[in-house]
Amino acid sequence: MNRLDTLFNSKKKNLLSIFTTAGYPQLSDTLLVVKALQDSGVDFIEVGIPFSDPLADGPIIQESSTVALENGMTLKLLLSQIVEIRKEVALPILLMGYINPVLQYGIENLAKKCSEVGVDGIIIPDLPMREFLEDYQSIFAKYDIKNIFLVTPQTSEERIRFIDEHSSSFIYLVSSSSTTGKKVGIEGAEAYLSRIQKMNLKSPTMVGFNISNKESFESATRFADGAIIGSAFVKAIAGQADVALAAKNFVRAIRA
Amino acid sequence: MNEAAGHSKFSVNERGFYGNYGGAYIPEMLYPNVKELEDNYLRIIGSESFQKEFRSLLKDYVGRPSPLYYAKRLSEKYETKIYLKREDLNHTGAHKINNTVGQILLAKELGKTRIIAETGAGQHGVATATVCALMGLECVVYMGAIDVVRQEPNVKRMLMLGATVIPAESGSKTLKDATNEAIRDWINNPVDTHYIIGSVVGPHPYPDLVARLQSVISEEILWQMMEKEGRDYPDAIIACVGGGSNAAGAFYHYLDNPKVELIAIEAAGLGVDTGETAATTKIGKPGVIHSSKTLLMQTEDGQIVEPYSISAGLDYPGIGPIHAHLFESGRGVFEAVTDEEAMQAGFEFCRLEGIIPAIETAHALAYLKKRKFGADQVVVINLSGRGDKDLATYIKWFEKQ
Repeated sequence: MNRLDTLFNSKKKNLLSIFTTAGYPQLSDTLLVVKALQDSGVDFIEVGIPFSDPLADGPIIQESSTVALENGMTLKLLLSQIVEIRKEVALPILLMGYINPVLQYGIENLAKKCSEVGVDGIIIPDLPMREFLEDYQSIFAKYDIKNIFLVTPQTSEERIRFIDEHSSSFIYLVSSSSTTGKKVGIEGAEAYLSRIQKMNLKSPTMVGFNISNKESFESATRFADGAIIGSAFVKAIAGQADVALAAKNFVRAIRA
Repeated sequence: MNEAAGHSKFSVNERGFYGNYGGAYIPEMLYPNVKELEDNYLRIIGSESFQKEFRSLLKDYVGRPSPLYYAKRLSEKYETKIYLKREDLNHTGAHKINNTVGQILLAKELGKTRIIAETGAGQHGVATATVCALMGLECVVYMGAIDVVRQEPNVKRMLMLGATVIPAESGSKTLKDATNEAIRDWINNPVDTHYIIGSVVGPHPYPDLVARLQSVISEEILWQMMEKEGRDYPDAIIACVGGGSNAAGAFYHYLDNPKVELIAIEAAGLGVDTGETAATTKIGKPGVIHSSKTLLMQTEDGQIVEPYSISAGLDYPGIGPIHAHLFESGRGVFEAVTDEEAMQAGFEFCRLEGIIPAIETAHALAYLKKRKFGADQVVVINLSGRGDKDLATYIKWFEKQ
């Protein structure tokens, strides 16, 4: 069974997901970071596929992508790192990345490889639902790879219903219309999150963007099954000699 | 807006594709903005009130129609009949203003109060700053940090017109990165802001919107050719292509006329095989850049390659999806011209016709050396912009020679 399904079937409160850029800060740090996150009690992990032109990302994740690419990270290398990670990590793992590297790898090749190495889902922010449904849904479904879609404060109720209907796992609730790590905290998002909570969607929900500390994590999880932290985590491991320790300290502060 | 052209096999389909290229690969944060535009652009630009104001501004503010000028000395030199479509004579000095006048009217109709734009050579930035001043709207222009230096006069013009110019410091610090920053700005300002894209690139409906607004160029060529040659078409149209808006505008009404050869000239930079180039159709592969599926220069791993051209306006690693389709279908002829060839052609053109062309435009002119047209053939070159902004680059180049 897909690990994301298992997770959402068994636990539905205060889930914590952490995003980390593959091959950052050092090329071989992916394993160290993911392992440390598992040891610290994170519920699932998103690994970013670095891209030269990350349109939806703010400066912190942009910079981490640039460093990772300079380190030599590629999608191919990341998938081979996941083989190693899977020897020690049982948590659900998602990939998150832009569509162009995915297209060059080949959609079917990637879906197949993900299923072989133990990737449970993929988030492609610049692959909209319409293109996904027409061109790619059946391919990912064939290999039981979950596709995650985003919803923002500007998304209409009708479109939220449409996304809910076609989602095979959780829905990613973007806390504000912004690039990643744009501001600190999710003040002002309560009305929007509460509106979505009252819609009783069939899909689980995770809040992401601008969640950076214990306080914003706790306020987000009042409205959803969990929350996702990206930029704040990437910033916390930037330039750290002991990335595992930095990762553990970061999660401890959130979960304290 | 020519009705027949709206049903061309080279126009966009209901999913926003030209053949295999186009679409809207946007993050969800941009969905409401792009959807609002998609749902409204045809209705608005087709409306009588829009057309009345657009046509009036093109005539009295931009100075259209732009002349179709018979270039006698250039024709003698290349032993063919060459006409120049004088977009360089437009207000602000290039074709870019055709698009910005249209889009600012569209933005007003949509109730937007803040305008953002990207710019490469600075021509689109100036054209956007100009219409924002005209309409009293706030204007923010993103420009690659390298381009801010090499196109300094245009930076000064934008500031003079009241725009804020923000240097893009990410990536290659050129047009691609300025576009990334403009898209990020739009994500962060989804409600009050309209993004005036300057070329036939970006998510659907932008490529179609910009092509329609620029199609005034070929619409005028139709009747100007009839006046001068007694037939409404030339044998060939030559235009330079970065993203490709001046080419799309010059080709538009001839897309379905097989008698007209459509020739698009890309920037080869130091040479197509040198790694220092912007000749997308020569070395690009299908992929997604700036939310559109098209040909782009990329690594095997799908990272976008930093382009190079001496011309800031052609220094872009992709091309508009309409051009990817014209290339793939064989409807368009795509050639590349090096820095050296373009600069020589620009210099020669100054001395033959008394016109200093933009370095972008000089790439189109350089094609005359690569291709022999017949003595009775009629060739239209789209003179997309004037070279005032490029004086420093021209002077530096010829001092080195």
